[in-house]
Amino acid sequence: MIEVCVRRRLGAFLLDADFAAPSQGITGLFGRSGAGKTTLINLMAGILAPDAGRIAIDDLVFCDADARVTLAPEARRIGFVFQDSRLFPHLSVEANLRFGLRRRRQAPCPITFDAVVDVLGVDHLLPRRPQTLSGGERQRIALGRALLAQPRLLLLDEPLASLDAPRKAEILSYIERLRDQFRLPMIYVSHSLDELIRLADHLLVVSDGRIAAAGPLADVISRLDLQPLLGRFEAGAVVDCVVQAHDPHYRLTTLRFDGGQLRVPLVDRPEGERVRVRLRARDIALALSEPRDVSISNRLVGTISDFAVRDGVFVDVTVAVGTTTVRALISRESKDRLALEIGQRVWALVKTVALDNRSLGLLRPPRATDRDAGRE
Amino acid sequence: MPTPVELDALWLSLKVATIATLVSLPLAMLAAWLLARTSFAGRTALDAVVHAPLVLPPVVVGYLLLMALGARGPVGRWLDSAMGIRLAFTTGGAVLAAAVMSFPLMVRAIRLSLEAVDGGLEWAARTLGATRLDAFVSVTLPLMLPGIVSGAIVAFASSLGEFGATITFASNIEGETRTLPLAIYTAIQTPDGDLIALRLVGLSLALAIGALALAEVADRRVRRMLGRP
Repeated sequence: MIEVCVRRRLGAFLLDADFAAPSQGITGLFGRSGAGKTTLINLMAGILAPDAGRIAIDDLVFCDADARVTLAPEARRIGFVFQDSRLFPHLSVEANLRFGLRRRRQAPCPITFDAVVDVLGVDHLLPRRPQTLSGGERQRIALGRALLAQPRLLLLDEPLASLDAPRKAEILSYIERLRDQFRLPMIYVSHSLDELIRLADHLLVVSDGRIAAAGPLADVISRLDLQPLLGRFEAGAVVDCVVQAHDPHYRLTTLRFDGGQLRVPLVDRPEGERVRVRLRARDIALALSEPRDVSISNRLVGTISDFAVRDGVFVDVTVAVGTTTVRALISRESKDRLALEIGQRVWALVKTVALDNRSLGLLRPPRATDRDAGRE
Repeated sequence: MPTPVELDALWLSLKVATIATLVSLPLAMLAAWLLARTSFAGRTALDAVVHAPLVLPPVVVGYLLLMALGARGPVGRWLDSAMGIRLAFTTGGAVLAAAVMSFPLMVRAIRLSLEAVDGGLEWAARTLGATRLDAFVSVTLPLMLPGIVSGAIVAFASSLGEFGATITFASNIEGETRTLPLAIYTAIQTPDGDLIALRLVGLSLALAIGALALAEVADRRVRRMLGRP
């Protein structure tokens, strides 16, 4: 477990954070600018010292103000990927990559230079200087450099912030590969829910220097009380699916989840692979019987488990589909007209075209084939 | 051709300027680091003391040195009795005068280059396992090398030309403290010394051009090392 309970004042800003997160997989740290995300991970890395509190990972205490324990950053073995990459300009790319590795001679180094260069595909960049690299290449080297220092935890501070959309998609897939190959726990800081939905298993929401929510990603994303923090219309359910079959004729892919199936525009992933789908509440309509004469092909049957009125106009309806929970945003007028009640059987309708690459956590802009499928 | 006495003056100038530069370099780096990267109570006072020789008349600096470090000055008396070191009216005094006068120029150049190095790079080095000293030596120091080189060259050149503080504190003793500028001054004061003065001026010019050429070479080397154009 990653256990953090710290307080730190910076001028008028007070960070007062208390949370625990699993020390495996990717934990997303979400919050608006100025919420305290960077302050929090700077405290974890030892770049800032807390006024009070304790930080520990798996019983290894990094700092404890009461016990007067403070481990220097270099002794923590916490990797840090900075927003601005911070490569050393006077060193070659190879010397940058080896900077941390050279300083870890004594300990066993399971993450090897060759493996990292191979996964990141940076072989051809090794003799170059950081100044001559593009933004995406720089972040790849920064990732590799942090990994080669053999960290027990990797902190990523908005690593995509200074990149354009295609580069973002590229670095995201590299991070996924690193996660799968090196099985390193990561804390990924971002103000983009799209990135976090694609990568994170666990989510921490920071607001005004406090932890507003913490838990498994799907649970936090669907929490009603967090809507103002997560963004009004971004709310919805996150469904873990498996690619079941591709339909090359109609260019559609069938995804299976616990509770039903979804037909989405062709997904460029092999059958059997896990994909996350975000079903935005505003993209879902409800029907009392299964409508057969509509164009909507995704019809999920479930039972209503909760209501929440929003702004007096809308109603958030929570529907249990198998063990999966989906959410629909409908007008209060519709709710009364259909006389919806908790426990009632309903069909949740999702248009295939609503499930674009963004809701699939695939930030890559749609390719020609995907776009064609969307129009059909 | 210059006479042996004139060559002595040249040699003495080179010796004084070289030693003054080498002695002040570590101190100037420390002062630059204190001024650029730390905040402590006496920081403004340190800044003022470091820059004082730049704004005071050189004669005043020489006189202050004489009051403090002369045979009857408090520090001078202690240095003499405890360690047998005499600075006033010696080559050591000429070195000290040159070092004090060129110190602010050196600190300025080094401080500017240090301030231009992103402090975040050191933190990046720390998260990669480098200690504080290691991070400074392997990241910040190489990046501020252009400033160190140019600071040393400026200090060396200004030491070669140092006159007022030297003549006040170390006096004008042939073979001991009579550097090139003092020798030129002496020649001008001597009847029929014009030719000597002219030859010494020629030596000064040659020295200045040589130092400039050396500076250019050093600068290019450092830039190539840092991968800059």
